[in-house]
Amino acid sequence: MVRGILYVQQAKLLKTSTFRLAIIYLALFVTSVITLLGYIYWTTAGNLNRQTVEAVNTEMRDLAQRYRSGGLPLLVHTVIQRSRDPRQSLYLVMDNRGNVLAGNLLDIPQSRPTQEGWKDFTYIRLNMEGQERRPGIGREQRLPGNFYLLVGRDVKDVRQIETLITSSLAWAVALTIGLGLIGGLIMSRNMLARLDDINKTSREIMGGDLSRRIPVSGTGDELDQLAENLNNMLEQIEALMIGMRQVTDNIAHDLRSPLNRLRNRVEVTLISENSTTQDYREALERTISEADYLLATFNALLSIARAEAGNSRESMEWINLSDLVETAGELYEPLIEEQGGVLSLSVENNLRLFANRELLSQAILNTLDNAIKHGAPGEGGDAKIALSAIRVDATITIKISDGGQGIPIEERSHVMERFVRLEASRNAPGTGLGLSLVAAATRLHGGTVELGDNEPGLTVSLILPAPRD
Amino acid sequence: MRILVIEDDLEAAAYVTKGLRESGHVVDHAADGEEGLSLALAGNFDMLIVDRMLPKRDGLSLVKTLREQGATTPVLFLSALGEVDDRVKGLRAGGDDYLTKPFAFVELLARIEVLVRRAAPEQVQTKIQVSDLEIDLLGRKVTRNGQAIDLQPREFRLLEYLMKHTGQVVTRTMLLENVWEYHFDPQTNVIDVHMSRLRGKIDKNFETPLIHTIRGAGYSLRAAG
Repeated sequence: MVRGILYVQQAKLLKTSTFRLAIIYLALFVTSVITLLGYIYWTTAGNLNRQTVEAVNTEMRDLAQRYRSGGLPLLVHTVIQRSRDPRQSLYLVMDNRGNVLAGNLLDIPQSRPTQEGWKDFTYIRLNMEGQERRPGIGREQRLPGNFYLLVGRDVKDVRQIETLITSSLAWAVALTIGLGLIGGLIMSRNMLARLDDINKTSREIMGGDLSRRIPVSGTGDELDQLAENLNNMLEQIEALMIGMRQVTDNIAHDLRSPLNRLRNRVEVTLISENSTTQDYREALERTISEADYLLATFNALLSIARAEAGNSRESMEWINLSDLVETAGELYEPLIEEQGGVLSLSVENNLRLFANRELLSQAILNTLDNAIKHGAPGEGGDAKIALSAIRVDATITIKISDGGQGIPIEERSHVMERFVRLEASRNAPGTGLGLSLVAAATRLHGGTVELGDNEPGLTVSLILPAPRD
Repeated sequence: MRILVIEDDLEAAAYVTKGLRESGHVVDHAADGEEGLSLALAGNFDMLIVDRMLPKRDGLSLVKTLREQGATTPVLFLSALGEVDDRVKGLRAGGDDYLTKPFAFVELLARIEVLVRRAAPEQVQTKIQVSDLEIDLLGRKVTRNGQAIDLQPREFRLLEYLMKHTGQVVTRTMLLENVWEYHFDPQTNVIDVHMSRLRGKIDKNFETPLIHTIRGAGYSLRAAG
């Protein structure tokens, strides 16, 4: 069982991208290490060989020169002299009948020569312990008069050094591969463990537990950043889900009760024995007005959804915001005056904005509507409503303020949620969606809504980013 | 008037057909796009009411084809797709007006009246007179019984729209769309206040009122009698 799991894990390890990456990296690394070591070999062991070859060539030229100037006797004399030197030099001079004339080799080495006359061979050296077979390398040449000359070097020490270098270089390569492999495994296993965490958390979230978050190691590396980004995304999704659930609940509440009222009224009128034509007419009329209210709620919800979905951006165009605000003010002015109020309008000229005309108008009208409903003299206000639009630096602020009772600070963030109607205005007409639409429409244009105190009254400011000129 | 209703929802079609017949129109009905197109091309209708989403051939393509064949019959789109973009698409395809479902029947009737009237060759009017009320569209002046009446620019446009549709019922939505260019209904009925202001200037000091409220529908400007 344990082995099975281990096997599965290993199989998985081979499939991971980190492991593949580690392997690719390792291959590159090993290639460069081998190149480097090759260079080291060339400059050390290679150099030793080249030095030997060079020395043999020089001596060969020298001996051939002596033979040309002094004939065989000088050559034999020189070779005999040099052979006595206990150095690593090897010599052999023979006549065409195979008699050794001089030198410290006993016979012509049996190995096959290269085209230039080079031979690798072993020779027997006599010393105090007896005989010793040693490796040598030499070059042979036929001298005029059919004499055989071989000049060589004993290469036992060089071979030993060469072997030492070669084997240490081989070990270095082996170690590099081994360490790289282990490092790659550890690295990928480590990464894999963290990715496994992410995958595990994702699966749990898909399983329905939206409150789960991916662990962050705290090193701030890319994986941490990924985890943080995913966590932020989850945060948003969760907020949206909660929002949606609230909306669904609220819709259920706000649409169900009027639907229920509507149904009850129709039913009661229908089953009542003594309903008159007048009763029927009245019930039907109220049914229509109830349906209209439902439609208004529904349309408001749609507008908000549209603004929030962001596809209203497609129908954005350059508009004259000053005109838009003035038109909105003008539409509401008679209504405000009829209720004994005043609308003061102060709009900067020629404000331009890339905007969705419908939604922005609707947002301003909704705010004005709220100002009228909640800032009316009956509620203790002086019904002075001010609508202004100004540009300061990079922001355009559309401000609507009334003289009503305002909204307590602690409830301000709350009122922009859908269907929220403060207790004080539960029974006033309205869908409870007005400010939510204002917020959604402002967000669509990249702005924010601020609620402030007009002392007394409420100030609603739509703060929008102004276009760059 | 002969009206062709092209609508696949039979209940909705029955509702519209019945209402229109009761209002004195002759109504034919087609239940899909192909049937609608052939009827529209063959029959001599004064007006077409077309649903946008139809089986076999959708409303937009139906109207486009109709226009390519040279038919100029006024078309009113009825659709559940109510965004400004949808409206623009409908009007570009050759529709003359666009009404979003659900709608009040009076709204439909009022719009039909306006459309059919518009289909008649329209001479460029610079002055319109109804009874003793006169509007000068070029000079932007209004007089009643010889007396000059001072109107705000928006009130002028409101009166202009009413007078261009003298005798017809004009709904609040139509006024919002045509005078204010809003394609949504504000939460409060602001139009009524504007109308009562306009009445104050046009009708208040005169014996016979010209602006009439049509209950459950809207307004109508017409001479007495």
